[in-house]
Amino acid sequence: MTWDEASVARRAAAFLAEHDPAAVDRLAFLRARFDAGLAWVHFPEGLGGLGAPRELQAVADRELRGTPDNQPGRIGIGLGMAAPTILAFGTEEQKRRFLRPLWTGEEVWCQLFSEPGAGSDLATLATRAVREGDEWVVDGQKVWTSSAHTARWGLLLARTDPGVPKHGGLTYFVCDMRAPGVEVRPLRQITGEAEFNEVFLTGVRLPEALRLGEAGDGWRVAQATLMNERVAIGGMPVRRTMMEVVADTWRSRPELRTHDLHQRLLRLWVESEVMRLTAARLREQLAAGHPGPEGSGMKLAFARLHQELSGLEVELLREDGLAYDDWTFRRPETVDFLGREAGYRYLRAKGNSIEGGTSEILRNIIAERVLGLPAEPRADKDVAWKDLPR
Amino acid sequence: MTLLYTEVEEELRAAVRDLLADRCSPSAVLGRVESGVESGTPYDAELWKTLARDIGVGGLLVPEELGGAASGAGGASAREAAVVLEELGRAVAPVPFLASAVLATQALLSAWGTAGGDAGGVVAGELLGRLASGEATAALAVPFAASPYAPPAPAVALGEDGTVTGTAGGVIGAEIADVLLVPVRLTRGTALCAVEASPAAALGGAAGGAVGGAVRGPVRVTPATSLDLTRPVATVSFASAPARVVATAGGPETPWVREALLRGAGLLASEQLGIAEWCLATTVAYVRERRQFARPVGSFQAVKHRLADLWLEIAGARAAARNAAARLAEAPIAGDIAVAVAVAQAHCGAVAVHAAEECVQLHGGIGMTWEHPAHLYLKRAKADQIALGTPGDHREALAGPADLPAPV
Repeated sequence: MTWDEASVARRAAAFLAEHDPAAVDRLAFLRARFDAGLAWVHFPEGLGGLGAPRELQAVADRELRGTPDNQPGRIGIGLGMAAPTILAFGTEEQKRRFLRPLWTGEEVWCQLFSEPGAGSDLATLATRAVREGDEWVVDGQKVWTSSAHTARWGLLLARTDPGVPKHGGLTYFVCDMRAPGVEVRPLRQITGEAEFNEVFLTGVRLPEALRLGEAGDGWRVAQATLMNERVAIGGMPVRRTMMEVVADTWRSRPELRTHDLHQRLLRLWVESEVMRLTAARLREQLAAGHPGPEGSGMKLAFARLHQELSGLEVELLREDGLAYDDWTFRRPETVDFLGREAGYRYLRAKGNSIEGGTSEILRNIIAERVLGLPAEPRADKDVAWKDLPR
Repeated sequence: MTLLYTEVEEELRAAVRDLLADRCSPSAVLGRVESGVESGTPYDAELWKTLARDIGVGGLLVPEELGGAASGAGGASAREAAVVLEELGRAVAPVPFLASAVLATQALLSAWGTAGGDAGGVVAGELLGRLASGEATAALAVPFAASPYAPPAPAVALGEDGTVTGTAGGVIGAEIADVLLVPVRLTRGTALCAVEASPAAALGGAAGGAVGGAVRGPVRVTPATSLDLTRPVATVSFASAPARVVATAGGPETPWVREALLRGAGLLASEQLGIAEWCLATTVAYVRERRQFARPVGSFQAVKHRLADLWLEIAGARAAARNAAARLAEAPIAGDIAVAVAVAQAHCGAVAVHAAEECVQLHGGIGMTWEHPAHLYLKRAKADQIALGTPGDHREALAGPADLPAPV
């Protein structure tokens, strides 16, 4: 059937009539919501959806507001990256096995892509997966893995053929984080906390059923995950902006004001207003069905503005800027950017131009795909991965 | 309100762009600037006649009832004027659109709006009709560098015999203007007066007669040697020149001038966007072709990253300029419209200069030559940065609305 706003609302009402959120257990409620096709309405029937247009999700969310939800903060990687990848490339069996506990939050996911030697140049990664009968044996090391310490499953990109050029020899797996040989170690960052992990994989045996997509086709599958990652990062709701935080301090502490800071603050205020207008224009273009290339630049602009504002905030605070709120080793599930102090914001914002694609890579993307400038000469294009200098 | 371009706006853009492609190539502008060095003015009166009369850009801001194209019901507005300015900026076109159809027209509109049916209002209406039809061109006799936040006090006085005497410097478009709109001081208060530059002045015929400080009766227009070759500033002197009063105000303020400068500043952002777009496109085309070290120069990251950053600044400039134009189209200046204007000017002025500077730099030696048009854009961009308030002036004006007060 074709779904519209009214029919989705009716579906939600019928579901609520059968499942009183006050009377049933939270998990049971979420499972039932998934089975009713009201988890992500644009997914197929039987997989948490109705095969409805994506924008009708807002209707389902609105109708079910106030009922138990699936804590997207904790399971963001599963929802934002694993689910669309599994839906696009998984077998029927994989979809049925993974999607429901992923959506309910019963199983947390992490992403095992980056390695100490392969960050921006992800396709040079060295983690090996060797086939032995019906199993793959994985050896290597991953890094920058959020949620690895709580994850049940990981999205793993590994090298299965070192004899071909780097993009061709990769295969994509779902890694069982409970398998013997998986070791997760916290990675303490400049903020003092360990938001990410290192993951060591030593002789980890993964059954053939955990391969996602064809052997050797891993790069194409990974591209889908990365594309969804940037959408997920860009689509996160902003409750309060860094500009407002600094402006509040400026307003409430007149004794801190100097002419130099005033000039710089006004400059950044203009910049944040220009960024807001650029985003508004981009949304209009999307709504009109003509996505503009501005999206490629928004993360770049955001990172620069965030870093400049957080730096200015520390300077503005002078004596208070010399203090830091808490160096205690911690393992947060999410970044509590605005809940902490200026020093933390300054340090954490340094990651904005690195995580999810460095500013340098984003500039290359704009230069090559938007402006049509030629790529740098590639030394690694036709060379087998095993012959690349490392 | 939309920040995108409407179909009507795109049609207008195409008409202006086609005309400029035929008649106003960078080499044609260079040639005109060359001869202008001798004749004193670079203005292309024939091109301006076609734009103003045939395409009708003279009346984009003038209400339909006065013969223009502007109307509250889907007619032309600041949005269309902004699109024309984008194209004129892209071509560094030597035509007095900003001077006449924006600044002078806005001052008249402001006066007409407050004058109602009195004698001044009739004069304003009649003048707006002439400007809308493209029959006449006007200039607002205030310095192009004047800030809307601190407009200069009038330096011209109105005598009891109805003539004006005094000097206004730094005026754009005066050489080609048929009518000069002059803010004047009265014994008490101020007025806006209209002075015919030459009784016989007709579009296209006037420019030649205004050259080199030639006397047009009691009005003398002396072009200065200007940084911007395509839009020079001139000094206008009045010696008992017959004038008609358009509007009067009680205080020392000239409210029509202030409003014209603010609206002009908001629309100037679109010209700056056009300048920046030409500079980026031209530079990208050049670095794709130009080879050094056996590679296109545009394949070096050091070059690519600079152009990517510039592209991002221009994407912001487009959003800010569109926002200002869309808000100005909504009519009376209110607080948030003033914010939109100040944000656009604070951002776009610097972006145009940055784009032109990158254009010169990334063209290497050729970018430094007279024969390459890059310098025309650099000169226009730098002059525009100072015009109608510097980026710093506009940023400071935001301290109040943004509630970010200055230190005491």
